[in-house]
Amino acid sequence: MSITDRELWTVIHGMTFGALFLVAFAGGFAGLYSLRPEWVTLAGAQERLRRLNLGMLIMAAVAWLTVLTGTYIVYPWYRAKPPQGTQDLTAYPRNLLLSKPELAQWHKFGMEWKEHVAWIAPIMATVVAFLVLYYGVQLANHPRIRPAALTLFSIAFAAAAVAGMFGAFINKVAPIR
Amino acid sequence: MAHAFEAQTVVEPFTPVVRPNGPAAAALLAGGIGGAALGIFTTAAEVIPAVKTALTWVNPVGPLSGKTGLAVIVWLASWAVLHFGLWRQSDIALGRILLVTYILIAVGIVFTFPPVYTTLAGE
Repeated sequence: MSITDRELWTVIHGMTFGALFLVAFAGGFAGLYSLRPEWVTLAGAQERLRRLNLGMLIMAAVAWLTVLTGTYIVYPWYRAKPPQGTQDLTAYPRNLLLSKPELAQWHKFGMEWKEHVAWIAPIMATVVAFLVLYYGVQLANHPRIRPAALTLFSIAFAAAAVAGMFGAFINKVAPIR
Repeated sequence: MAHAFEAQTVVEPFTPVVRPNGPAAAALLAGGIGGAALGIFTTAAEVIPAVKTALTWVNPVGPLSGKTGLAVIVWLASWAVLHFGLWRQSDIALGRILLVTYILIAVGIVFTFPPVYTTLAGE
């Protein structure tokens, strides 16, 4: 059950940080959605906010860790250029994908989309975390801020989901070893 | 027979809102500006080779380092200006701000979509 350093970092990036963000979304969304004065008492909202504050902070931090590990650790390995004359492109995933017409779109569309759109997730997640932490219980009484937070939170999830999906598929087709 | 939870249906009133919505407007709009910046820098790097070169801040990462780094800088700078410089103590017409925010986020999403920027780059 050995694993290379590069495979380990790819797992940390995608299956630890990335997956944690995606899995935690449902709980965060439910917590934010249900923060309404007609559904919870003041004591209930305060209790709920303790979890929401911590959860949103962690999710924002995890989103940043995901894009930073992806961009600055895993991505250089993905896009490394092979030495002149290299026949076996297994160690050079980007070049491997581009060398075969049937695989090229995994890079030209999949990776190109993923590497950019993913960065929208931590920006949106940080904005949402700020709104939750700054307004706290008062978020329930702001008729526009809470729905806006829910919208940005959903956008963060969608961006992360696109990035995660293409990351998983690309790592199947041209794994980083 | 009375249900046990009927005695628990009285809802205590919430604390009245005391914080202005300015900081929320600042955070939201800055988020939109950051998203749009990411899209604009991504497309610019594809369309203009000199921009691509200028945004290669970290060689192994390539122009992605500058596109995302500059987008984060623009996001944080605009947030600081909007929050500390303009709206910290204010109540803002949030509807308009939200509309602009969503449009900016849409710009960011559209211009990070490969078919869009490759078409603009003439590929």
